[in-house]
Amino acid sequence: MIRLSLEIGQTQKPEAILFYILAPLSVLAALGMLIVRKAVHSALLLAWVMITLAIFYIALDAAFLGIVQIVVYTGAVMMLFLFILMLVGVDAPDSLTENIKGHRATAIVAALGFGGLLISLIGRATLNHVSVGLAMANEPGNVQGLASLIFTQYVFPFEVISALLITAALGAMVLAHSQKSAGARLSQRALSSVRFRGDSLANAAGLPSSGVFARHNAVDVPALLPDGTPAKNSISGVLTARGDVQDSTQYALGSLPKVDDESGDK
Amino acid sequence: MTSNNLVYLIALPLFSSGFLMMLGRRADKWGHIFATLISASAFGIGAFEFLQMLARPSESRAVTQKLFSWISVGTFQVDASLLLDQLSISFVLLITGVGTLIHIYSIAYMSHDLDRRRFFAFLNFFIAAMLLLVLGDSYLNLYVGWEGVGLASYLLIGFWNQKPEYATAAKKAFIANRVGDVGLSLAIMIAFATFGTVSFAGVEEKVSGASTAALTGIGLMLLLAATGKSAQFPLQSWLGDAMAGPTPVSALIHAATMVTAGVYLITRSNFIFDNAPTAQLCVVIIGAITLMFGALIGTAKDDIKKALAASTMSQIGYMILATGLGPVGYAFAIMHLLTHGFFKAGMFLGAGSVMHGMDDEVNMRKYGGLGKLMPITAITFGLGYLAIIGVPPFAGFYSKDKIIETAFNSEGIKGLFIGGAALLGALVTAFYMTRVIILTFTGAKRWDEKAHPHESPFLMWGPMAILAIGSVASGFLLSSGNRFVSWLAPVVNSHEVEHAERFQPVVVTTMALVAVLIGVAIAIAKYRSDVPRVAPTNVNIFTKIARRDLLQDDFNEAVLMRPGQALTNFLVATDERAIDGAVRTVGAVVIGSSKGIRKTQNGFVRSYALLILFGAFALLATIWVVTL
Amino acid sequence: MNSANYLYLSAMLFTIGAVGVVIRRNAIVVFMCIELMLNAANLAFVTFARINGTLDGQIIAFFTMVVAACEVVVGLAIIVTIFRSRRSTSVDDASLLKR
Repeated sequence: MIRLSLEIGQTQKPEAILFYILAPLSVLAALGMLIVRKAVHSALLLAWVMITLAIFYIALDAAFLGIVQIVVYTGAVMMLFLFILMLVGVDAPDSLTENIKGHRATAIVAALGFGGLLISLIGRATLNHVSVGLAMANEPGNVQGLASLIFTQYVFPFEVISALLITAALGAMVLAHSQKSAGARLSQRALSSVRFRGDSLANAAGLPSSGVFARHNAVDVPALLPDGTPAKNSISGVLTARGDVQDSTQYALGSLPKVDDESGDK
Repeated sequence: MTSNNLVYLIALPLFSSGFLMMLGRRADKWGHIFATLISASAFGIGAFEFLQMLARPSESRAVTQKLFSWISVGTFQVDASLLLDQLSISFVLLITGVGTLIHIYSIAYMSHDLDRRRFFAFLNFFIAAMLLLVLGDSYLNLYVGWEGVGLASYLLIGFWNQKPEYATAAKKAFIANRVGDVGLSLAIMIAFATFGTVSFAGVEEKVSGASTAALTGIGLMLLLAATGKSAQFPLQSWLGDAMAGPTPVSALIHAATMVTAGVYLITRSNFIFDNAPTAQLCVVIIGAITLMFGALIGTAKDDIKKALAASTMSQIGYMILATGLGPVGYAFAIMHLLTHGFFKAGMFLGAGSVMHGMDDEVNMRKYGGLGKLMPITAITFGLGYLAIIGVPPFAGFYSKDKIIETAFNSEGIKGLFIGGAALLGALVTAFYMTRVIILTFTGAKRWDEKAHPHESPFLMWGPMAILAIGSVASGFLLSSGNRFVSWLAPVVNSHEVEHAERFQPVVVTTMALVAVLIGVAIAIAKYRSDVPRVAPTNVNIFTKIARRDLLQDDFNEAVLMRPGQALTNFLVATDERAIDGAVRTVGAVVIGSSKGIRKTQNGFVRSYALLILFGAFALLATIWVVTL
Repeated sequence: MNSANYLYLSAMLFTIGAVGVVIRRNAIVVFMCIELMLNAANLAFVTFARINGTLDGQIIAFFTMVVAACEVVVGLAIIVTIFRSRRSTSVDDASLLKR
């Protein structure tokens, strides 16, 4: 740790400033990923980590990779994550209580040990190394340098990777293909016989609509039943799962104004 | 010389067999005709080759045909080649000729059987395998045919396998044959180890350079093979039970052709036996034992087919005896084989004809007086009878008399013993064959009320008549002017060796005829009077033993089967307790320990991920310590 | 500035990603943590490229990105499939191996 702080002191000025501002932010964002309860928030934090990494890439004379990082990762991949989250992840936010005994403590101990050893080893390995820098290699331009390597020395891995990409695309199609969409849907007649000839007629007339009569008509406010209790089935399941349902009792009338008994006789 | 026709000899019946089996019931209507025609055409090819062979000089009569290179491993080369020489053609004509006659006979004999087509397919398969056996130019090719005829024999003995005892008989024949087959395969292996080749020509060429021990080993193993296939002592017990098969099968396979394969094998291997005197002596002893053995069993059998089977065993004993006598004997062995092929096949067909007329009754004590009702059967059977007991000028006289004579004239005291055995065998043969004739065709009728004996149709008596002609004339035709001996001479290397003759031929002939007369006379004296319908039980111990096939099955059961069963039971127990026990113990230990270990598996993927993290941690720690 | 600093950052991010994989239960979040670990590794590669003065590290990082993209596509497809059959994305629910 002492050595680490010493070395941090040696960092060149503009890049050093960039690093000291962005590196803690990215670590914080990464830690945040572990703590936040909603997956969407994790995704946004990850996107932030990726953007800082892209900036670091550019600072490390890897302009092409920096751009690719933004376009591919923060653009495409994170978009995919968010899309899948919208598709399947919109249920109750993760409970952060651990249900495997001793799991979290063990994990943290292992991670601390692992990280500590890693950092110690990196320090030991880089102690006497002087950075060569990429000025020579990037002389024709970073993209040109990469291209000349990819299409000469690495052309075979490159081809294999492309084959892998195609295979993955096909695999995703096969995996995500839903048999259900091919199956027969219930006919109108069958649906109505389920609705009216089932065990109960509770749903025969349709679900109640949300909102409290004349007071609040938003979709996140459950309707009030005649006995004053909120009707759960007047709210979309997604909203219930997200916990975005408001309490409708606040819109209920506290009590009806007393009606004079004799008023009718008047 | 090469010929391109040899392969058709085998291919035609083989194709026909497969064809009929694959077509199934669709071929029921015409399958038997087809198979018979195929067999006849094989005979035609054989006859054609025979005529061509006759036209060539004696030294260049053998023809070969290479089909394809079969095995090619380093220096070990085996071609699938066929060899047709004077020895082979004798067999080819016998197999296809008698085979065709028996095909014709079977058309009528099996006409009521629903599976007649299958029967004919098997018959054709047998013809093909037997031809391959005699046409192969190496021991390995011969072996293929050898196994093929074994299979055909198994299939045909068990043809009516709906009866369990018939199926058992088929299995018995197959297993006894297997013992012999092991001998043949061992002989082939020793031959390969010794000579580096297994072809007849190659072995013959190198035989002079081999040690006597190796040759004796090969010879004894070949003899074992011959005893299995030819029902010789000590592997003789299957032949009697093999009579479970349809009678034409008994005639073709278990009288005329397949059971003589052992004689063929020894004759073909003459170059080995001539150089292995010990093995040759064993051949003689086996032959002598078996000829007496079979003859004695024949005296006690009431089942007409089993009596004939015992007779077959005895007659093959004569042939084996002759092959053991060296170069002078081979030709007589083969000659007796050919004449025997005629008269024994004829007699079996006659027996089949009798059974056909008597509702498949085989007990001779329930026949009697059939001569008048079945004149043709009686006459053809009678001619075969005269041939087998060796009455001149019938076929058996020429061949058997020569064997007895040669036996007497072999060197030393051995000659007296085997000659005496052969002579005694002739006496006993005359006795039991006369007994068969008397019980079946003469005397008072003893058959059941229901039986209506009648003469068989032309399709059955035609072949019998032709075979009867053969049993009358073949002996004279083959032996006049020493014709057959000189015909076979190039194959068996018999050069004229003048032995000091112990007996003049005329003396031997006279002795043999006297023996035959004695045998006939005893039989007539014994069975002239009424014969009881049920075999008497108050007989002496020797008769009882003979009725039990000289205890051959009791011996096999006591010496081989019971210890085998005991061993099997022991092994099963060992397997169940020790081996299975060990396996189960291992399994139980694994299950038990798994139950304990399983508790550490909680099924949560995150726990496993944590373990991986710990692994990485441990790895890094190691690196950290090592690079310190 | 000493390039090793990037390596320390990379190590920290990697460790945080590993912890995330181990302690989070939502399969999608676990997946994102894996992405974080891959990105940390990429940062190390790019840093090594500069330390060694060759572009090979960047090439490897580039390949890693492609492989990661493949992995995301297939992995998310698997998650969708699991979700379809179990109505859950919790990795703890997929513990059939235990039984």
